[in-house]
Amino acid sequence: MADKPTWPMGFIRETQIWKSVFRHGKPVDPRNRALAVISNVFLHLHPVRIRKSGLRMRFTWCMGGTTFFLFLVLTFTGLMLMFYYRPTVEYARADIVDLREQVAFGVMREIHRWGAHAMVITVWLHMLRVFLTGSYKPPREFNWTIGVMLLVLTLLLSFTGYLLPWDQLAIWAITVGSNMARATPLLGHEGPGASLLRLGDIPLVHAADDARFALIGGRFIGEMTLLRFYVLHCVGIPLVAAILMAVHFWRVRKDGGISGPL
Amino acid sequence: MEAIRSVVNTLSSPTIFFSLSVILFIAMFTFRKWVEPRYAALIVAGAVIFFAASMFDSDFRLIVTKPDNVPIAGMLFLVGFFSWVGLKQAFENDGRIAQGLGPAEKDETEQKVLVWPDLVYSEFICLIILSVVLLAWAILLQAPTEEPANLTRSPNPSKAPWYFLGLQEMLVYFDPWLAGVVFPSLIILGLMAIPYIDVNSRGNGYYTFRLSEFIYVKWLPNLGYKGGLPKFWLWREIWGMLLVIAYFMLPPPILARTAFRRFFEKMGFIRYNVMVFLLLFMIALPIKMYLRWAFNLKYIVAINEFFFNI
Ligand code: HEM
Repeated sequence: MADKPTWPMGFIRETQIWKSVFRHGKPVDPRNRALAVISNVFLHLHPVRIRKSGLRMRFTWCMGGTTFFLFLVLTFTGLMLMFYYRPTVEYARADIVDLREQVAFGVMREIHRWGAHAMVITVWLHMLRVFLTGSYKPPREFNWTIGVMLLVLTLLLSFTGYLLPWDQLAIWAITVGSNMARATPLLGHEGPGASLLRLGDIPLVHAADDARFALIGGRFIGEMTLLRFYVLHCVGIPLVAAILMAVHFWRVRKDGGISGPL
Repeated sequence: MEAIRSVVNTLSSPTIFFSLSVILFIAMFTFRKWVEPRYAALIVAGAVIFFAASMFDSDFRLIVTKPDNVPIAGMLFLVGFFSWVGLKQAFENDGRIAQGLGPAEKDETEQKVLVWPDLVYSEFICLIILSVVLLAWAILLQAPTEEPANLTRSPNPSKAPWYFLGLQEMLVYFDPWLAGVVFPSLIILGLMAIPYIDVNSRGNGYYTFRLSEFIYVKWLPNLGYKGGLPKFWLWREIWGMLLVIAYFMLPPPILARTAFRRFFEKMGFIRYNVMVFLLLFMIALPIKMYLRWAFNLKYIVAINEFFFNI
């Protein structure tokens, strides 16, 4: 079967266009299978060969992969939502409602929201499996640290996204969450030590310049908060997360592939 | 029905529920038999029946069928399932290691397979299944939209997103600077520190609970209640402060000579102290929870002058 070209793939594989994109033959023998992985920038985050034990579903639970899949889905659906959603107090909530009622194939918001919930769950499960298999131990200490950063970023993505529908659920959840920043030691105006930071009679840390102010862009949740969270949610945090994910996958490979007993 | 409901309500009061969870958590590792498929199946059946029966309660139904709460219900079952998958393999491996066999994963570590097609195809199949699940979920369940935002009308209770509820609950027991800022930061730093603290090089790359268990703390501080109230904060709070300082300063050297002697010798000064410090922080939460329930104690140190309450 391997050598007899079949139509249409056999024909397509012979065209100059195909050959210019894929610089290897049909992946049916070890050499071409290795080339298929090495010569592809996406696939080559994988090694060419892996331990059979690392392939097992019952070992990895496929949780890291699932988390990454959800990240990709969220990036795509998030992009779709950005076409319609305007981050202003005037339009935000109406645009969210329109996403279902006016837009064709109106489940993008649902996929995005449920995907986000799912990602928070899968990232914790992934961490649990890494912990239970002791895979954080040398030489993978650093990748665990990267992983913790990814966990924090995942939670922050979810938190910043929560505000965007601009309904009661959204603003009060963010109010509860961001109120704590008031109490940051030294940097929050109600935090321990903040009242000691003063020049004569003038307090240096007050409600209009403390950590909470920096987070929400004002004394209250409002227009500036929405814009700030929107930018962080759509650009800032995903960018950092994507870069850290590249490092994370690279390190899985460089640290000797999925862990196994030695 | 009423009787069952009142039993369930009593069991889920914070005091009892928390204590029961701790006991259950410890039991999970002591009575290892539960991972056998027939017992595990019984537990699942029990959970499903309990869940289904609870659906007759209108309040419960209202809560779990709220679209944003569906993932939480799903998560409970997923966490249960994966704890089973992980611990079952861990306990089996522990048995094998005790017999000198080595972990089950060992048989397949030496065998190498090609990423294309073995891994790439499994990834592709997972991708399709997950897409279908997500799409079905999105079509069946609408995302909620509530009333337009209104800063003058606060709902009761205002809730953080569900994955932050644990942090929000800590606010009951600690002031915001601790519960909202210091503890979360320490949780993150503590998680990052795990691989650098754990010097046990065994138990790497396979499920186990025998070799990788490395912390056992059975130590509770002896707390007294503080009396008189002088005007100046330093004198007023000195005992509480000393207590907190003692809480963090005394146990490490004492434990290093007694229960944790082995850890101290193996880990070295810095690793050991970081570990004990993080542990002490961790058990500070349950300690304060019990103090609150038992003595209605609010603070150990209360300096409202600087919002410095512990
Ligand atoms: C956005 C979040 C994350 C993504 C997309 C991700 C993805 C992955 C993937 C695809 C793997 C390959 C093996 C597997 O699937 O289990 C992996 C391995 C690993 N992950 Fe993550 N991960 C994330 C978060 C985390 C977190 C929160 C931790 C731990 C705190 C972590 C620690 C590790 C470690 C130590 C490995 C190597 C495990 C081994 O070799 O057995 N990752 N990750």
